[in-house]
Amino acid sequence: MARRFVSGNDAVAEGVRLARPHVISAYPITPQTIVVERLSEFVEDGSLQSIYMHVESEHSALAAAMGVSSVGARAFTATSSQGLLYMAENLPYASGARMPIVMMNANRALATPWNIYGDQMDSMFMLNSGWIQVYVEDAQEALDMMIQAYKIAEDPKVLTPFMVNLDGFVLTHTYEVVDIPTQEEVDAFLPPINLSENIMSMEAPKSLCITAGNNYNMEFKIKQNEEMIESISVIEQVDAAFEKQFGRGYNGLLETVDCEDADVILVTTGSITGTARMVQKTLRAEGKKVGLLKLRYLRPFPTKALTEALKNAKVVGVVDKNISFGYEGTIFTNVNSALMQEGASQKVDNFICGLGGRDVTKENIHEMYEKMLVHLETSADVNDANVASKPQDRIHYMNVRCAL
Amino acid sequence: MERITARNLTNEELFYGHKACGGCGESLAVRLAMKILGERTFASLPAGCMSAVSFIYPNMAFRTNAIITPFASTGAVAAGVAAGLQALGIKDTYSVGFAGDGGTADIGLQALSGAIDRGDQIIYFCNDNEAYMNTGIQKSGLTPFGTKTTTSPAGANLPGSTTMKKNMFEIVAAHDIAYAATASVGYLEDYMMKVEKAKSVKGTSYIHVLAPCPTGWGTTSEITISLAKEAVDCGLWYLAEYEDGEFKLNKNPKEFTPVENYVKKQGRFKHLKDAEIKQLEAARDKKWEKMRRNWVK
Repeated sequence: MARRFVSGNDAVAEGVRLARPHVISAYPITPQTIVVERLSEFVEDGSLQSIYMHVESEHSALAAAMGVSSVGARAFTATSSQGLLYMAENLPYASGARMPIVMMNANRALATPWNIYGDQMDSMFMLNSGWIQVYVEDAQEALDMMIQAYKIAEDPKVLTPFMVNLDGFVLTHTYEVVDIPTQEEVDAFLPPINLSENIMSMEAPKSLCITAGNNYNMEFKIKQNEEMIESISVIEQVDAAFEKQFGRGYNGLLETVDCEDADVILVTTGSITGTARMVQKTLRAEGKKVGLLKLRYLRPFPTKALTEALKNAKVVGVVDKNISFGYEGTIFTNVNSALMQEGASQKVDNFICGLGGRDVTKENIHEMYEKMLVHLETSADVNDANVASKPQDRIHYMNVRCAL
Repeated sequence: MERITARNLTNEELFYGHKACGGCGESLAVRLAMKILGERTFASLPAGCMSAVSFIYPNMAFRTNAIITPFASTGAVAAGVAAGLQALGIKDTYSVGFAGDGGTADIGLQALSGAIDRGDQIIYFCNDNEAYMNTGIQKSGLTPFGTKTTTSPAGANLPGSTTMKKNMFEIVAAHDIAYAATASVGYLEDYMMKVEKAKSVKGTSYIHVLAPCPTGWGTTSEITISLAKEAVDCGLWYLAEYEDGEFKLNKNPKEFTPVENYVKKQGRFKHLKDAEIKQLEAARDKKWEKMRRNWVK
């Protein structure tokens, strides 16, 4: 093991190197570019024995990865923002064909207005694409998830492509000290890819990405959905095995901080969690019963674990660095649906922030908790018309310059 | 290189049981290519007639490995297959793309260009039936001038398609591709020889084969071969190769058969007026003047 001071993108590249993909199909886009730069350097210096394909677009980046995966080889690609949307049609294509491709996505705003900085509008677009989606908090988790991603995606019970999301710039370009495991350690955890089903091979020639009409199509999709939901147990097992071997884990699909007795809980994804941890700690020290829930996976969605963790809270706040225009933050929608399914009755606030790289400061997160604590006092009856007279009242735009 | 003829061509079928129309030129081009390429072939097919008729669950028409690719992605998927096979050490295989005219000259051009630029070890076939036939006969970049399609109607104001065929062969050659050729299902020995040649090329190969479509061209199914031959004989199509940086015209007729005879056999050209046929001839003559000047040693 080595300890090095690297950026989030460097950590991704180190993780990919250790995972030994057969082929890397690469196309640059800010703020992902450093990943494909580093990987080209690793291939050049011989520390990574991969074929490096300079594809001419993101569309071809994923298409080429699909070709690689179709013969049972390990594929990696990376993208961001407009690039993710440009390759969009290939995402459900790869997941329907059950190809365990791993892709890093640097979360970045979508045009227009043009903006290269971080938010989650890009990956939220792809929630329905059939890819597993994890959101990491820091560079260490980014590196570790590149290794876990292949192990989960290639599990015969899962066989689903995997998207590792890093907040653009805030995480991709921020330097941290990271433990880099040795190749031997990673090899012991992540064996070479071994796909026997669903691939083209000389031993058992197959037709892939076939047509299934209205007589068969629905069954394929149902199976895909059921197996994605069942992948929750594989994700938990892989994370536990990772912790056992490397001494650090991520508690499966979500992590809770002081949620057991919390009256209010803030739900975060990605790097905002790091800031929220500090604020939550301060408020606890002041005697306020506040908790924090780091939601790591959005697909599969950890409905049970989430509602269990939130069950004692009276007010829940959901942080969204995205908007589904004409509605609300997308994670908010998902959390509400989960709570509703469990018959929960918390008041739920939506904090929309960080769009186009807008700062989300400690003060902003403090303000979120304050709002929730105010609602705690007024939320004796969540059905009280005075509490939430309009649905919009549940949406709070944070750190904005326009009057609302 | 041994000539491939009907006599020595294998009887083994690697592409059969598909649901293509009677007289389909494209399925013939794929079938013969597969016979020559053999069973260690990995075929990538984008959206189009050939993928639509041969992968209908649970009936698969390829006996070899085959995959339907996204429409724009023939070149990229075939390149990925080749890279994956190379990385896994699976040798003596062919990664092949079979795309249509729209899948090649329009939506798939970028991915094809990328593959040629990288010199990927693939053989790319453009099976050209001169329109989007699978979706019901719409104009593509390879639809000839004066063609009536469902998106280029012929009427009082328009002669059908108003543009000439995109020059795919020279676009591909301009990449300095290792090997490129044009062919026609009317000259099958020439076509098969070119497929055979592509097998031993190091780098990317491109074979552009004209393949009549009775449904889209408004012809009876039994004239597919003779019509594909006549397309070359009247000079609206040509047989050529690009190899080692040089163009070569494989067939240089002293005299062309009349364009009028060729077009009048086809429903898609029935409306053409004499002046429009003259326009086709003028474009043909200009093209041949250039080819004869530059491509004949």
